[in-house]
Amino acid sequence: MAAEVIPARVRASPRRRLPVETIQAWLFLLPAVVIIGVFKVIPAIAAFYMSLFKWDVIQGAFRGLGNYTDWLYDSALRSPDFWRALSTTFAYVIFTVPLEMAIALVLAYLLFQKMRARGLYRTLYYLPYVTSFVAAAAVFVWVFNPQYGPANEVLGLFGIGAQKWLEEPSGIFELAASAFGITLPAWLAGPSLALLVLSLVTVWHYLGYQIVIFLAGLSNISQEFYEAARLDGASERQIFTKITLPLLSPTTFFVFTVASIGVLRSFDSVYVLTNGGPLDTTRTVTLLVFRTAFQQAQFGLGSALAFILTLVILLFTLIQFRVLGRRVQYG
Amino acid sequence: MARAIPLERGLPRFSARPRIGTIAKHAVLIAVAVLVAYPFYFMLTSSFKDVLEAARTPPTIFPTEFHPENYTDAWNRAPWGRYFVNTIFVSVTVTVLELATACLAAYAFARMRFRGKTILFTVFLATLMIPAEATLIPNYVLMSPSRNGCLGLPCLGWFDSYQVQIVPFIASAFSIFLMRQFFLSIPSELADAARIDGAGHLRFLWSIVLPLSVPALITAGLITFLGSWNAFQWPLIVTSKPDFRPVQVGLSGFRQEAGSSYHLLMAAATFVVAPIVVLFLVAQRYLVQGIARTGIRG
Repeated sequence: MAAEVIPARVRASPRRRLPVETIQAWLFLLPAVVIIGVFKVIPAIAAFYMSLFKWDVIQGAFRGLGNYTDWLYDSALRSPDFWRALSTTFAYVIFTVPLEMAIALVLAYLLFQKMRARGLYRTLYYLPYVTSFVAAAAVFVWVFNPQYGPANEVLGLFGIGAQKWLEEPSGIFELAASAFGITLPAWLAGPSLALLVLSLVTVWHYLGYQIVIFLAGLSNISQEFYEAARLDGASERQIFTKITLPLLSPTTFFVFTVASIGVLRSFDSVYVLTNGGPLDTTRTVTLLVFRTAFQQAQFGLGSALAFILTLVILLFTLIQFRVLGRRVQYG
Repeated sequence: MARAIPLERGLPRFSARPRIGTIAKHAVLIAVAVLVAYPFYFMLTSSFKDVLEAARTPPTIFPTEFHPENYTDAWNRAPWGRYFVNTIFVSVTVTVLELATACLAAYAFARMRFRGKTILFTVFLATLMIPAEATLIPNYVLMSPSRNGCLGLPCLGWFDSYQVQIVPFIASAFSIFLMRQFFLSIPSELADAARIDGAGHLRFLWSIVLPLSVPALITAGLITFLGSWNAFQWPLIVTSKPDFRPVQVGLSGFRQEAGSSYHLLMAAATFVVAPIVVLFLVAQRYLVQGIARTGIRG
């Protein structure tokens, strides 16, 4: 009898078993589908829908693309804010990402070599990443305090005058030039010192994360390349520039896009360190969305702005997918 | 973790002969380490100083007098007990439920054949590209009092509650992919054996797959827990009462509350940061592996 039972199971062909398994599989997936559907997919569509209306707390008149054109060029009230926030956001990316990547790459390269206390360094570099920006801001606001902060003490050691740091709205080029007695035209002033400090804190926060990614990338490069290069008598510098860097380029590109997207969408860092000030010089697009939606209760305008930001972020994501193709694996 | 990237593998050659280069390398690493660690050192030492010494310039390297009572003072100035209970409850619940939904969904994707698999997987993959900013405003409206209509239905009315901080986060496409990837690495012979023994999918998942997946579960759980512990923007906009607010929002408010009592603010920052730092030190290898494998950036 037992011998017959097993063939009977085996004979249950995929065609007959499939519907049962389909039902079972969808039951397994049900919780995830409901939650992701209700709180992610539908809201993403609803955001676009809302962006087409005048919507201050409650739904108003249909405006078509009016909210978008208001931000882009139509409204003398909104569009200067938008373009300023967009350029501030890109300046934030430009200050943060290359610096962060350069430091992380050098440190990862050093840490990849066998040496003492490697684990200790890595743990230490990683600590800021688990620390919330709220707690970090409590410390950094004091470190960069114009009157009491140790940052000015350090500058003093180099004979440089005290700065206002996070409270300094003047552009960094303007400040640098004025140190030599030169007055720059306003359009050359550059992003504010406050934004630069914001970037430095952001670098501090994400450094360890990027080191880990770079370390993973380094360990994916086959040892054979290094051995062959050494047999040919390549110097350490040549090995780094001719082997490590080119073979690491998918990782580098991945880090670049992920880091850029991270800065484009960062809210916590800006909100807790400067809250957009001084004189709105650190007011990024995410902060403008927050203020438009949750302080001015303009949900339609806010959604339109969030949608524009989403398009910019999607552009980075698509470029990443396109360039890296199958080399990036999720999970 | 058969597919984990071996982070510890180094270039053998450099260990062969210690030289000036090694010292230079350590010098660079130490210099950066000092810059990275300084804010933590500053926070910790300032938290033990008295009010005058905390504001002294240049700051004293070490407290001249120890004031551990700063911690009790700071603790009593705000409903910290409540904030911690809220954060712990929300973070633990989100982590447990998120792992549960992720394991079920990941198992279906990894081990089951069903109609609509490819399309659903693609949709889930696509949701990873939707930034939180895009869904923030509709989700806020969804949580608002039920008299506001949400696409013709009453809204949830969940402001100032636990569920508003928990329910939207108990499923994430990211954790599903992480777990699916791990489940795929479990040999299919085990599944065949289990089926012959008469075990159904749920039983196979529970008694074979999950015990084999503990490292992946810890990794996914830690990433979720970290995100939940440090959550700020969402609880900031959907809660207004201390009864439901988490520690991060509490700390943000305490910055105004503490004002010039800088030593108290540093004490508060220390006890907000401490639990997650300790957790990280205990379990860092799982978190680091998870990030190396997936490239998530919180």
